[in-house]
Amino acid sequence: MDYTTIFPLMRAELTLTAILILLFLYDLLAGKRGRRWFSAVACGLLAVQVAVNLIPGPEGELFGGMFRYAAMDGVVKSVLSIGALIVCLQADQWLQREDTCHKQGEFYILTLSTLLGMYFMISAGHFLLFFIGLELASVPMACLVAFDKYKHHSAEAGAKYILCALFSSGLMLFGISFFYGTTGTLYFDDMAARLTGSPLEIMSMVFFFSGLGFKISLVPFHLWTADAYQGAPTTVTSYLSVVSKAAAAFVLFTTLVKVFAPLVEEWQTLLWVVTVLSITVANLFALRQRDLKRFMAFSSISQAGYIMLAVIGGSAQGMTSLVFYVLVYLAANLAVFGVLSTVEQHSGGKVSLEDYNGFYRTNPRLAVMMMLALFSLAGIPPFAGFFSKFFVFAAAFRAGFYVLVFIALLNTVISLYYYLLIVKAMFITPSDEPIAAFRCDGYTRLSLALCMAGVLLLGVVSAVYDGINAFAFGL
Amino acid sequence: MIKMEYYLVVSTILMFVGIYGFVTRRNLLAMLISVELILNSVDINFVVFNRFLFPEQLEGFFFTLFAIGVSAAETAVAIAIIINIYRNIRNIEVKNLREMKW
Repeated sequence: MDYTTIFPLMRAELTLTAILILLFLYDLLAGKRGRRWFSAVACGLLAVQVAVNLIPGPEGELFGGMFRYAAMDGVVKSVLSIGALIVCLQADQWLQREDTCHKQGEFYILTLSTLLGMYFMISAGHFLLFFIGLELASVPMACLVAFDKYKHHSAEAGAKYILCALFSSGLMLFGISFFYGTTGTLYFDDMAARLTGSPLEIMSMVFFFSGLGFKISLVPFHLWTADAYQGAPTTVTSYLSVVSKAAAAFVLFTTLVKVFAPLVEEWQTLLWVVTVLSITVANLFALRQRDLKRFMAFSSISQAGYIMLAVIGGSAQGMTSLVFYVLVYLAANLAVFGVLSTVEQHSGGKVSLEDYNGFYRTNPRLAVMMMLALFSLAGIPPFAGFFSKFFVFAAAFRAGFYVLVFIALLNTVISLYYYLLIVKAMFITPSDEPIAAFRCDGYTRLSLALCMAGVLLLGVVSAVYDGINAFAFGL
Repeated sequence: MIKMEYYLVVSTILMFVGIYGFVTRRNLLAMLISVELILNSVDINFVVFNRFLFPEQLEGFFFTLFAIGVSAAETAVAIAIIINIYRNIRNIEVKNLREMKW
């Protein structure tokens, strides 16, 4: 085997592993004083990793087809790295607290190992590597959800998350085992050639879908979402809602389109039902939430439904719109969570909707940023969210799902209502004791500035969409 | 020789016993054990398919080995979280884990 081919193809994985090892050694050797610079070191290394991997390299495969690298995989990995970088920037103010500062190393190492798992999941060409990547992405995630050891909510959320994760990965493995029984192979390409569409295979496909549906938190598999989002530390919630979801959505697209192409009729029906349920049920539940983290959980379930609109057509246009949607969603959602977490840190844990009454009077800049991000999530032009929703709808419309697009459009109106509830609380509703004015630290400012640049520019600068589109061919 | 179908019946029963247990049990450890039953049924499936249908290759056996290893890691994390819950509330009954609902 030629080892010189490994580096260009596994560039993202190898650099990330190197960062993991470096951070581990730094945590071990730095001592108390060095730990103060931990987030600067971690974010710096991660920024270098993003820069190294920004330009996608040549395509190819390794280890007998187990590991595949396509240009689009590289783009998605960069998007995920950027998301992880922003989350790490936002994590600093939480990690510098007295009770968590000795655990900073654990946070970064766990976060980056889930990222590594997602990379392997994206580039897998064999169900074994896919399974290991999925578990590497979800097991450390459970540790992150239960990170606040002494808080009952965090432990409860962790238990719910890990048990649901185990259950859904068991169902998924059950599906894969019957695929193996009917086709005799676990390689994606060979399996696509040997699938016949028998009832057993359709059943296995549904089982398999449940495993990824859990990670994306689509509606029949969403029951863990709100609890895990509410109980987990806010920084972890933002990571869970964006990066983990985006990776799973992309993988769902590639497996459905590439491996399960012979079952296209069946999975389109399945996805149709799941999409409608996700968007509608999540919107209706979001209306009655008072805790903003829980609220964002339901909002993210309905956003996942919109992402599925890009998957259902299974075209190159769908692929482009999916990655673009994920990028825009990342900017907007991380901006909202950035504001939520900085407010939570400075106000002693205020996260409910009532606490935000009169927020504009005391912290006008944060309130405006939150408003812009919420507008982007709701899809109001000229913010990026409008364009990403438009492309997703266009992809589904071109594939002929008119009724589905219509239902999704109706649901955007409902979602606009509940996003505006927060805006109303911040700007209009008066309050006797609003959250006191505060200044956030440099890391948070940098991360919010990055997110705002994304919200304002991604839609208007069409080069981004065109750039992603250039890699989507050859699907 | 025992036919393949018998093994598959056993593994399918194990699978649904696991699902039933996961839904009805009210103790976190019992739920964890039920999930382990599901994972074990999958392992049986892989080994049986490999042994009877595709005996010339080893893909299924390897998958089983990896699945056992990964599920051990998952169980370790799950038990750590359950112990943490026990330390917090001196109890691992599911009915005490409903501070967050709806």
